[in-house]
Amino acid sequence: MSSLEIKNLHVNIGDKPILKDFTLSVPKGEVHALMGPNGTGKSTLAKALAGHEDYEITGGDALLNGKSIVGMAPDEIARTGLFLAFQYPNEIPGVSIANFIRAALTARLEDGEELDAAQYYKTLYEKMDMLKIVRKFTARSVNEVFSCGEKKRCEILQMAMLKPEYAIMDETDSGLDIDALKAVAEGVNLLRSPERSSLIITHYQRLLDYIVPDRVHVLANGRIKRSGGKELALELEKSGYAAFAEAAA
Amino acid sequence: MATETIQAQSLAERFGASGGDLPGAGVAWLTAMRATGLEQFAEAGLPTPRLEAWKYTDLRVLEKMAFGGAAETGAVPTIDLIPSLLPDAAGPRLVFADGRFCAAVSDVGGLPDGVMAEPLTAVLERDPSLVEDHLGRLDSAETDPMVALNTALMADGLVLRVAPGVTLEAPLTVIFLGGQAEAAVAYHPRNLIVLGDNSRVTVIEHHAGIGPGTYLANGATDVHVGAGAALSHVKVQAEGADAFHLAAMRARLDRDASLESYSLATGARLSRNEIAVRLEGSGARCRLNGAYMMRGTQHCDNTTVIDHLVPDTACDEVFKGVLDDTARAVFQGRITVHPDAQRTDGNQSCKTLLLSDGAEIDAKPELEIYADDVKCSHGATVGELDAEALFYMRSRGLPEATARNLLIESFLAEALADISDEDLRSALLASVTHWLSKD
Repeated sequence: MSSLEIKNLHVNIGDKPILKDFTLSVPKGEVHALMGPNGTGKSTLAKALAGHEDYEITGGDALLNGKSIVGMAPDEIARTGLFLAFQYPNEIPGVSIANFIRAALTARLEDGEELDAAQYYKTLYEKMDMLKIVRKFTARSVNEVFSCGEKKRCEILQMAMLKPEYAIMDETDSGLDIDALKAVAEGVNLLRSPERSSLIITHYQRLLDYIVPDRVHVLANGRIKRSGGKELALELEKSGYAAFAEAAA
Repeated sequence: MATETIQAQSLAERFGASGGDLPGAGVAWLTAMRATGLEQFAEAGLPTPRLEAWKYTDLRVLEKMAFGGAAETGAVPTIDLIPSLLPDAAGPRLVFADGRFCAAVSDVGGLPDGVMAEPLTAVLERDPSLVEDHLGRLDSAETDPMVALNTALMADGLVLRVAPGVTLEAPLTVIFLGGQAEAAVAYHPRNLIVLGDNSRVTVIEHHAGIGPGTYLANGATDVHVGAGAALSHVKVQAEGADAFHLAAMRARLDRDASLESYSLATGARLSRNEIAVRLEGSGARCRLNGAYMMRGTQHCDNTTVIDHLVPDTACDEVFKGVLDDTARAVFQGRITVHPDAQRTDGNQSCKTLLLSDGAEIDAKPELEIYADDVKCSHGATVGELDAEALFYMRSRGLPEATARNLLIESFLAEALADISDEDLRSALLASVTHWLSKD
């Protein structure tokens, strides 16, 4: 029950089926990698699970700790325990990072409860120190005029503050230079715990040098084509996705 | 009495002229000014879109209405009915209800030497010469019909004079209350703000509807900011749902003078806030910012006219609005750089967020530049709430309404961000939050 369980999931964008009978289980405490060629539905899975209205779930189910999140509003899914680190995090002009994260935490409180501001900032600064983010970052508007590396670090900071049980990291490595990649990976590793699991979506093996996965899955043509241990990623690095693309055709 | 005069008089009576004797009846220059105003109004009639300055705001809706004057013994509002932007503010306060000064709930004690803040009626009674040089002296040849009507019928308002070099630390608050009377009422507040050289003052102008009544508040404000002086003007327009709120401010700035004007409008069935600034001295600068939030069938017009007349002057304008339902807003911003006004620096931006398909904004930025060494920019944008940004925020657990409100608040905040008084800025942002919570 303590898992992210995706069962026979079908997802359409408009009339076009993207995920077809997709099944995957990520038990609590594990880190899985989802790899595959571009355009096979990796990001579709991420957006669909997070409840984006443009991604229509036409069949199957997705469960967090045994509870279906299909049909839930995006904010409800988030509060149930799923976090999506975006491939392209959106700009929120005029909303500071500190206020944004505070609003997200406040949304998780019971009615009438209030966030202790002093404690909040103490925790925020601890996490920032851990992720090597300078303090003045908090006053900046969320993702506005951020570099790619800053955006991804901001995603990891939010994850560290919200402490989700399940995190999906959608191409978190894309657009990062090696230093930023290492920093982001370090952040993810620091959050590894028996209480949390992650699904790392990536096109390249590179990130997996730094975040070593328990399992690797290959997605092609809308469903899992192969699963294996961390060595599968290395194999893919050598052989590429051609074999899977052919299988899909 | 000539036929025209009788006609003008009967027209004026439909806009509150029947409210008793007007102050300053024995003052010749004022009587002449009133007569001219009445003539001009009678000749021009209510503004219609045929007038370029009123292209998108049609006052013909007033044609079929008749407004009485405020009763001589109008109800004086109790202190708990008086809105307060700054709950802890200890500064001076003048309260007007239905256009009449309410001494009982006003407090102008403890003003420092060199600061005069009094109702216009009192000044006209005591010494009209104190206002003679400034009252109505900025009306141009093409006088606005509604300002002309104000001139004809002005009864009361704020007179603020600050002596050279004097700083008034706490903001001066002027509160105009309407909507208490059962019958439709019109009043025409006339304010005068004269700052001596190197003086500084913050004026908060707060208009609020405290009853369901229909009323027309047709205000005009004459402003003169002396050399090196600074006026900070914050206006809150929260008139009642059946109110018509018209306001025209005419300001003249001397060398190195500064005018900062921030307005926040949420009220009235129809409102117009017009500010005209003449930058007459080198180094003079003005900032005219405004935020507005309208819903239902509200109509809100912001019109600004800035004249750069001499070298080295600057203006900055940021107007931001949020429109829901079938609300409609107008932004007209004219910046004229006259031939001598080299090295003018002018920036104008007007951004609108439409929350529904039925909402509409008419934006008319106009730059007229007759000098060659000039930096001027303007831009107008119209958009909807960013759906992807909303999804992003919700994916962090923020409920939809919270995410929407946060986006709207942060959108409007830009227009209020430069208010240096932090309490004041927070209070205005709290008004924004309050408006959103009423949805």
